[in-house]
Amino acid sequence: MLNYIIRRLLQAVPMLFLLSLILFVLINIVPGGPLAGYGRTRRINEEKIEQLKRQFGLDKPLPVQYVVWLVGNDWMHIDADGDGVAESYGERKGILRGDFGFSFRSRKPVLEEISDRLGNTIYLMGITLLVVALIAIPIGVISAIKQYSWFDLVATTLSFMGQAIPEFWLGLVLLLIFYVRLNNPITGDSLLPSGGMYTLGADFSVWDWAEHLILPVTMGMVGWVAWYSRFLRSSMLETIHQDYIRTARAKGQKERIVMVKHALKNALIPLVTLFALDFPYIFTGSIYVELIFSWPGMGRLFYDSAVHRDYPVLMGILIISACLIMVCNLAADLAYAYLDPRVRYD
Amino acid sequence: MEHTAPEKLLPDAEKTALPQVSMGKMVWRRFRRHRGAVAGAVILTIIILSCLLASFSPYDPEKSNLASALQPPSLQHPFGTDALGRDLLTRVLYGGRISLFVGFMVVIITMVIGIPVGAIAGYYGGWVDDLLMRVIDSALALPSLMILILLSAILREVEIPFLQRNNVMTIAFVIGILSWMTIARLVRAIFLTLREMEYVTAARALGASNFRIILSEILPNGFGPIIVEATLEIGWAIMEESGLSFLGFGIQPPTPSWGNLLNNAQEHLVKHPWLAIFPGLMIFLTIISVNYIGDGLRDALDPYKILKQIDEV
Repeated sequence: MLNYIIRRLLQAVPMLFLLSLILFVLINIVPGGPLAGYGRTRRINEEKIEQLKRQFGLDKPLPVQYVVWLVGNDWMHIDADGDGVAESYGERKGILRGDFGFSFRSRKPVLEEISDRLGNTIYLMGITLLVVALIAIPIGVISAIKQYSWFDLVATTLSFMGQAIPEFWLGLVLLLIFYVRLNNPITGDSLLPSGGMYTLGADFSVWDWAEHLILPVTMGMVGWVAWYSRFLRSSMLETIHQDYIRTARAKGQKERIVMVKHALKNALIPLVTLFALDFPYIFTGSIYVELIFSWPGMGRLFYDSAVHRDYPVLMGILIISACLIMVCNLAADLAYAYLDPRVRYD
Repeated sequence: MEHTAPEKLLPDAEKTALPQVSMGKMVWRRFRRHRGAVAGAVILTIIILSCLLASFSPYDPEKSNLASALQPPSLQHPFGTDALGRDLLTRVLYGGRISLFVGFMVVIITMVIGIPVGAIAGYYGGWVDDLLMRVIDSALALPSLMILILLSAILREVEIPFLQRNNVMTIAFVIGILSWMTIARLVRAIFLTLREMEYVTAARALGASNFRIILSEILPNGFGPIIVEATLEIGWAIMEESGLSFLGFGIQPPTPSWGNLLNNAQEHLVKHPWLAIFPGLMIFLTIISVNYIGDGLRDALDPYKILKQIDEV
């Protein structure tokens, strides 16, 4: 087991290297290049550019630039004024220390922009995933236990529909029904708000916050519920036919306990992998949901930055997402090996 | 006499023998049993045909006609008209051409990259496999929608050779480049399983080259799962393109695509909801049809659930 963990960790090193190379190439394709994130603004005069280039290590060959991008150059002697004497230290800290440069739009550090939005996204996505688990697990289990029953048939059909429905279209349809068409019978206003996290200017009330969650959570969860319930159904079906389930029944265990304690517990193991792959979304959010319901989160930040071509922010979010995905993949493999001792370690 | 002897031994051979059925017929027979798949095939055929026949529409998909702007669905305009008075049905059908084309193109690109990579990794194993798997895993770590948006934003400012902005091929190419990994992994798993088969050993004993074994011994036997995956990939690619265009980073108006028609519909949602309903419905119908067809093909091409075993490798 320890061997396996060490081997997987070692394998992750070249992957991270490869990934960083891909991202470094992207940074260099971006208009303005890596300098874009450090000039604090798009428009700077020519001689300033030369000085900035030296300050940020961009006058160096590409491999050195790559190192500077990763670990910064505040430990390197650099020649800022270009007179051939290296008299000061660089100013970049490198992405490994969270230095993604500055946003074009707000001129704030990219990391600050991201941390301003992160909480909102975790709040929305955390609740969405919780709702997904609460709905998908019972559906998957019942579908499997009562295979080919009417419940299973309906759930399977709905799951096919849920996987095929475009998330962004679903959002528009939900808005159409619950904001445009349906009215609150008492006040005559729209039944549900069209977006935002809470009513601006209103006092804090739990109901107000909850009301603003309903549509975004519904929009975000449909595809996941469809996919997770389907996955759990087939995983559960496989488990139910295992010998140890028969053994549990044979020793007179109650059916409920057999299903929950013996079958479900084992059927959930493959879901760990699936969940680990979706885990990064808790932090990056869904661009579609946040756009349609004006949710001030990470997805929305990415979209707005793309519209305004704020490359430093785009690259910052991209780098963080890619690293999260990779780490979560690794965690999934390790968790799987831990939970399912049948996995071969060699 | 020699020829008649076995017949005498088995006098009822002709009666008891199963009728000779070709592989294609067998697959078709099993596919036909899957009602969802048949319905999906019918709907998809109708959608594809109507998109191909869109040129017969009496309306121009791009020319505006302000006199008939924003009309609700009627007999003249079954899907209504948009803010510039263009017939929405015509635009949806023309948009379908683009969306379906991107879907098929992406699948071809993913196959062209994914099959060789997967085949080489799975067949040769060892360090080649290790290297290719690391590349695949790194590529899988890239959030594809974000990369697509970033590239689209970059292409608005910078010329990159072969990648022209707002070119349908560019979008198909970029989506394809970001999604060949699933096919590669599947093909690798197929090769890992099948290379140990006796017929492969037999072919090798007969002196077949590696190239020949890969191409004509193993690949044809992994055909079923690959077809299923490719089918499902079409749906996925259409979804990806629509999403990108919906966000305004894919196909640009006035060229219609299902995604950018929806983008356009957002501002008219309150008063003119038909603009949002029909394009989305087309995406939904196409993808659900494709998924059902994929499911039916899985049952038809892989009745013994080899795919399932391969997934676990």
